[in-house]
Amino acid sequence: MKRSGPQTRAVAGPAAPGPGAAPPPPDPARDPGRTERGPGRGAGATRPRLGFRHRLQRTDASVSPYLYVAPFFLLFLGFMLFPLGYTFYVSLNDWNLIGAEARSFTGLENYRTLLADPNFWNALRNTFSIWLLSTVPQLLLALGLAHLLNARLRGKTLFRMGVLVPNVASLVAVTIIFAQLFGRDFGLINWLLGLAGVGPIDWQAGTASSHIAIAVMVVWRWTGYHALIYLAAMQAIPRELYEAASLDGAGSFQMLRSITIPALRPVIIFSVLISTIYGMQIFAEPLLFDPKPGSVTGGAGRQFQTLTVYLYEQGFREFDFGYAATIGWVMFLLVVAVALVNYALTRRISSTR
Amino acid sequence: MARSRVPRLGRVGPLTYPLLILVLLLSVFPLYWTGVVASQTNRAIGQTPPPMLPGGNLLDNIGRVFEQTNFLKALVNSLVVATAITVSVLVFCSLAGFAFAKLRFRGRQAMMLIVVATMMVPTQLGVIPLYLMIGELGWSGRLPAVIVPTMVTAFGVFWMRQFISQVVPDEMIDAARVDGCHTARICWHVILPAIRPAAAVLGLFTFMQAWNDFFWPLVVLTPDNPTVQVALSTLAAGYFQDYALILAATAVATLPVLVVFAVLGRQIVGGIMEGAVKQ
Repeated sequence: MKRSGPQTRAVAGPAAPGPGAAPPPPDPARDPGRTERGPGRGAGATRPRLGFRHRLQRTDASVSPYLYVAPFFLLFLGFMLFPLGYTFYVSLNDWNLIGAEARSFTGLENYRTLLADPNFWNALRNTFSIWLLSTVPQLLLALGLAHLLNARLRGKTLFRMGVLVPNVASLVAVTIIFAQLFGRDFGLINWLLGLAGVGPIDWQAGTASSHIAIAVMVVWRWTGYHALIYLAAMQAIPRELYEAASLDGAGSFQMLRSITIPALRPVIIFSVLISTIYGMQIFAEPLLFDPKPGSVTGGAGRQFQTLTVYLYEQGFREFDFGYAATIGWVMFLLVVAVALVNYALTRRISSTR
Repeated sequence: MARSRVPRLGRVGPLTYPLLILVLLLSVFPLYWTGVVASQTNRAIGQTPPPMLPGGNLLDNIGRVFEQTNFLKALVNSLVVATAITVSVLVFCSLAGFAFAKLRFRGRQAMMLIVVATMMVPTQLGVIPLYLMIGELGWSGRLPAVIVPTMVTAFGVFWMRQFISQVVPDEMIDAARVDGCHTARICWHVILPAIRPAAAVLGLFTFMQAWNDFFWPLVVLTPDNPTVQVALSTLAAGYFQDYALILAATAVATLPVLVVFAVLGRQIVGGIMEGAVKQ
């Protein structure tokens, strides 16, 4: 199956800026080399009177594309590309808004400090842990859910919309609601656990417990979305394959294993990529889960501070811009690494077809 | 032996509906819970067992939200911001998407590559320079700071370009050119009518995303001129024991998106699923 060039089916997750509503997965970037035939040559060929019009059309065809792209590209250049590059420059400086000393160029010093910074590694571990705890259940549940939704249902649309509802509520709202549900004294979850004889858990205080709570939020929010894209892929599988397998005596689990899952591999890889990009940038949930108002440390012991929260703390509480920019760039490199791995996997899988 | 021709995997099993209903309940419960807490008094919430049904205090609590905070301003701000961003994204990204899909110009491929690559970049990366720029421009704490940087999105262009290149046949454009149309006319008469479905979905997504955005407005706005999400977080930090108040505000903040979703949810679902199938 033809895959186009070096672009992965990547989307800036739900971010642009900041995690928010879910975008639909994009189509593979088609080969942009499609030719567009030039302006009608016939118009000016035989009638000299239309010579001016012909020239106008030629000018129009060669100049107007730039006009159409210009507003987009100027805004994009100014507010998207330039900041990305400039952040690297900032990270090479000791740049602090507070403090009397002038900004000074320090080269890679910030990076060296970062790599030796225990808070950075803590944030990285937290980010990774939350990512793992949320991605794996999310995708498994989404597969199961998609399978259920694939049946011949009545009220199909209702169910599909229903599983997407968690995705439209804002992150802030979701975090606040779940923080209340996970509250130590009055939270519903501790009350339910109490009914089962399990003592009240201080969800925000522990490392594992806070990670689990945040992972639950992420799973709640995203499972429906992933289920829908798996569902779409499942529905694209031709029924004849199943019928043939059924005639050959395959059981339904075997059909799942040999037909459904292989056909879903590209979508699964895409969905892992999306949830990874999102998982690495997770911000609102760890920020607002902290019971201490206005806290940016992700809990008193930084037990659930993620990379983006750390960036925010360094950049907009400590106003150490150089350092925050460094964190940003290291995050970016991590995302690139993950995307490359994802791309390599995609390549390998498509070549075994 | 009667073997049904319906493959088993498509069949509705005995557990299907119960499980789906369970999933539906779980999906909706936290939002329902918000309504419950928002309509109770704080004393009622603190009881064991906690109340499971809505109480009668909703209007009271909402009234308090608007009296004690600048939530109304936040709502208006969010509406302005989200609308401005949506309109701008639709206009500029459609134009650019059209150009990338159907027009020929030098640098087209390179530009498109850059756009696609950017979609993968975490947006937090550019936050520091953007913050400095906003300071220079004098927009600190004001709405343009939130609107202008997001007036175009890489995703928007990508989405429109894919749609236009698939839905509008080259022949139609060639025919229009042979008829002597210049590009603007082609755009107006051929492209614009064709992109309505894609524009609808993109508009919905952009609006919801702009409404729900948190990180950037948090960085660049102040608590006295917030968007809804920032106001909500400030509220939660300030009145952190007053759950009735906080969740009432949450309910008000979430309601617009839910309404949009209730009305247009089908298109959103369709947009997501169609995008996946084209893989």
